Amino acid sequence: MTRGVAAWGVYVPRRRIPRHAIADALAWRQPPGTRKPAGERSYAAWDEDAITLAVEAARDALGTDGRSRVGSLTLASTTLPFADRSNAGLVAAALNLGARVSTEDTTGSQRAATTALISALERPGAGGHVVVASERRRTQPGSSEELAYGDGAAAVLVASEGVVAQYLGACSEAVDFVDHYRESQADYDYSLEERWVRVEGMQKLVLPAVRGLLERLSLEGGDVSHLVTALPAATSADLARRLGCPPAVVREPLVSRLGHAGSAQILLELAATLESAAEGELIVVVGFGQGVDVLALRATGAIANRRPSSLAPVLASGLSDPSYTRFLAHGGELNLAAGMRAERDARTAHSVHYRKHATLNGLVGGRCTRCGTVQFPKAPACVNPDCRAFGEQDDAPLADEPAQVKTYTEDWLAYTPSPPLVYGNVASASGANLFIEFTDVGPGELEVGMPLRFVFRVKDVDRVRGFHRYFWKATRVRS
Amino acid sequence: MATGIRDKVAIIGMGCSRFGERWEAGADDLMVEAFAEALADARVERDRIEAGWLGVFYQDQSTSRSGLPLSMALRLPNVPVTRVENLCATGTEALRGAAYAVASGAVDIAIAMGVEKLKDTGFGGLPERTKGTFEDQWQPGFTPPGAFAQLGAAYAARHGVAMDDLRRAMAHVSVKSHANAALNPKAHLRNTITTEQVLAAPMIAYPLGLLDCCGVSDGAACAIVTTPELARSLGHRDLVTIKALQLAPSNGVEMGHASWDGSHTLTTPIAAARAYREAGITDPRSELDLIEVHDCFSVTELVVMEDLGLSDPGRAPADILDGRYDRSGAIPCQTDGGLKCFGHPVGASGLRMVYEIYNQLLGRAGERQLASPSIGLTHNLGGIPNRNVASIAIVGLHGSR
Repeated sequence: MTRGVAAWGVYVPRRRIPRHAIADALAWRQPPGTRKPAGERSYAAWDEDAITLAVEAARDALGTDGRSRVGSLTLASTTLPFADRSNAGLVAAALNLGARVSTEDTTGSQRAATTALISALERPGAGGHVVVASERRRTQPGSSEELAYGDGAAAVLVASEGVVAQYLGACSEAVDFVDHYRESQADYDYSLEERWVRVEGMQKLVLPAVRGLLERLSLEGGDVSHLVTALPAATSADLARRLGCPPAVVREPLVSRLGHAGSAQILLELAATLESAAEGELIVVVGFGQGVDVLALRATGAIANRRPSSLAPVLASGLSDPSYTRFLAHGGELNLAAGMRAERDARTAHSVHYRKHATLNGLVGGRCTRCGTVQFPKAPACVNPDCRAFGEQDDAPLADEPAQVKTYTEDWLAYTPSPPLVYGNVASASGANLFIEFTDVGPGELEVGMPLRFVFRVKDVDRVRGFHRYFWKATRVRS
Repeated sequence: MATGIRDKVAIIGMGCSRFGERWEAGADDLMVEAFAEALADARVERDRIEAGWLGVFYQDQSTSRSGLPLSMALRLPNVPVTRVENLCATGTEALRGAAYAVASGAVDIAIAMGVEKLKDTGFGGLPERTKGTFEDQWQPGFTPPGAFAQLGAAYAARHGVAMDDLRRAMAHVSVKSHANAALNPKAHLRNTITTEQVLAAPMIAYPLGLLDCCGVSDGAACAIVTTPELARSLGHRDLVTIKALQLAPSNGVEMGHASWDGSHTLTTPIAAARAYREAGITDPRSELDLIEVHDCFSVTELVVMEDLGLSDPGRAPADILDGRYDRSGAIPCQTDGGLKCFGHPVGASGLRMVYEIYNQLLGRAGERQLASPSIGLTHNLGGIPNRNVASIAIVGLHGSR
C-alpha cells in the first residue's frame, strides 16, 4: 500500500511585529550604523501556546470530515506547556478524536517533527496518523533570537489512502553538534556563533546525508524539484548548488516573513511546498538538529485536487503591530502590573474538569432527542422552554460550527493580560447560544451579526499551582 | 386558589443608613444605624420582634454566613433569624420572608434587614468571586458592567438605534438620577452631572462609561412589618401595605436558548405580570405613581422601562429623553437617586428602594417629595442578563385602591 502525505495544515498566530520595531525600541544599546533588520516575525497571543497552535494546524489539515481517519497523533515541540501531562492527548481531545486514538509527545530537538514524520511514514497499517509540530518560543528581550524566532504550527496527515505525496524513503543521523541548546526548565535558548553553525554544522552534516539518501533511492540532485529545509536561505541555496540541483528547487523561506518556528518550521516549509508542487515532482525534506533527517516524497496525481491555500490567508491576514511592549507582554517577558483583580484564585476543580471534559476540551454541547434543540452546555434538562425534557440529550459537537455575534462588550475593568476582555453571546449555526470570550479582536471590531468561528485557547493560568486552563473562544472569520 | 398577600402586611417602620464609602463602619454598625431609625419609626420595643430575615450577598466580604450577623448586631432575644441571598434581589427577598411570616400568621412582627459592606476589598468595583467550579472553567471572566453592557449592543441592533443615540438616552438616565440624589442627604453620590460629562467619561465596558455605572457603596436598610390590624392597634394611622411581592428567576433560557436575543431582561416581564396581578393593577402606566428600578447601569434602567410595560418596545430612549421618568415626569423613577447615586450595597438595595417609596407615600421625602403619591413599585435584577433573578415589590397606602 502506498504510504504518504494525505493532507496538511498550518497555523501562524495573527500577531506580527516588524523586526525594525524591535530594533528601534532597543536602538540605544546598538552601535551607530547598525543595519535595521527586515521583515516581520509572528508572535503568539497570551492565550496561545504549543497546544493551541497545534490544535489549529491540525484542524486545518483535517477539515471537519477528516477526523474519523485518524488513529494516532504525534505532537512535536520543544516548547510543550506540560512536562508531565500528555500535551498530544489534549490536542486530540480538542480535536474530538475520541478516546481510542494513540497519542505521543516528541520533543528535545529541532528535528522532532521530521523524526516523527519519518516514523509515521514507516509505520505499517492503514490508519491515519497526524504529525503536528508546534512551537511557542520564548525569546529574551534584546537577544538575536527575539528577532529571528517566530511562533507557529503545521500538521501533516500521513495515510495510505488519498496520498498526495508518496513516501520514497528516509535516512537519519545522530550527531551531537550543539548549535544551540536550552537547559531543562530554562526560559531561553543559548545559541553559538552562526558562522560556525552554518559551515561546520549545516554544510558538513546535511550534504552527505542528502547525497546518501538520493544514492540509495537511485536518484540524483538533478531529479529534485523541491529542496525543503528550515535552514538559512543562503545555506539552502549553497546546498542545492553542491547537490547539483537547479536553483529553483529552493523557494524563498517563510522565515523572513514569520520568523523561525523551531521544530515546526520544517513542516510549515513543507506545507508551502505542497501548495505549489505538481504531479511527479520529487520533494526532499531536511531536518537539522543534533544530526540530520532526510526524507523523500513524490507528488502524486491527487496533488492537483488540493484545497485552496492555507498559507496565503496566513500571510495576508497578519496583524502588523509595531508595539514592542505589547509584543513583550503577550510573550510574558514584561512584568506589567495587573491590579488586584488579577489576584483571583484560578484553581481548577479537576474532578469537575474530568466530569465535563467533553464540554470543556471539545466544546461538545447537547442536542435534545425530544425536540432537537442544541444547547451549551449540555444539561440534565432541555433548555427549550417548550420542552424541558429530562435526560434526553445526545452529544452536539459545536467547535466546527460557524457562529455569529449576538451581543458583545469590550470590558476594560475585567482582568485579562490583553485588555479589553471581549465577550458576549454567540449564536451557533445549529441554534445554540454560547456566553463566551472572544479572542484576537480589538476594540471597535465587532458588530452584531458578524460571522465567527471557535478556537481553542488558554482561558486562565493558575500561577499558584502551575496549571493552564483551556477552553474555546470565538474569533472573527477573516478570509 | 391562593390570592397573594395584597394588603395583608403593613410596614410600620423603616430605616436606612447613610450609603457610601463608610470606611468607619462595619456591617454591624450599618445594621444598627438602619435599625435605630426603623425601631423609632415603628414605635415598638425591640423584643416585640419575633423573627428576622437577613439579606446579604457577599457573605465573606460583608458579614459571614447564616442569620447570626443580624441576631448578634441587634442583640435580638434569640428569635429565629434566617439569612437569605438571591443576588441583587437579596433585599427584596428578605422582605418577602418577613412579609410571608406575618401574612401566614406565624408571627405578629418581623424584621427584614439588608446589608452590604463592600468597601473592604482594597480596590474599586465589586469584589471578585468565583462563579462556580464548573462555570469558572467556561464562562467568560466577566464583570457586572461587562455583562450588562451586552444589552446595549443587542438593543441597538434589535431596534435599529444608532449607538450614539442610545448612549445619549442612557446618559440622561444618569443625569436624572444625579439630580435626584442631590436632594437626598443619605445618597452616596450627590453631585449633579451633564450629558456631556457622561458621554466623555472613561469607558468601562462598551458602551458603558464610568458615569453609566452605579456606585459601589456600603449600607443597610430594614423594614419592620406586621398585620394592618396590629399596626392600627399600635397607633399607626397612615398605613403603607404590601400590594405584591414577586420573584422570577431565570431557568437557563437566556444562557442557552436561541429565543433570547439579549436586548432585554427575560424575567422582568414575568415578575411584573405576576406582581400587577397580585396588586390588582391593570394599567401600570397610569396607576403607578413612582418607581425604583434596578439601575445598576444606565442601559439596565432603559430596557427595564420596556420590560415593566411602561414604555413601548423600542420607545424607551425617546421616553427617557422626553423626561417621562424624571422627577417631574409622568412616572418618576429613582426619586432618591437609585442604585446609580443612592448607592448599591447589594443586600440592602431592595429594601432601600422600598424605603424611598414608603417615605414618599408618607410625605417624608423632604426636598424631593412628590405630590401625594399612593402606590409605587420597586424592581431588582439580581445577577446578569444571561441568568438572573427579577424581583418586584409593589407598596401603597392602605385603602388607596
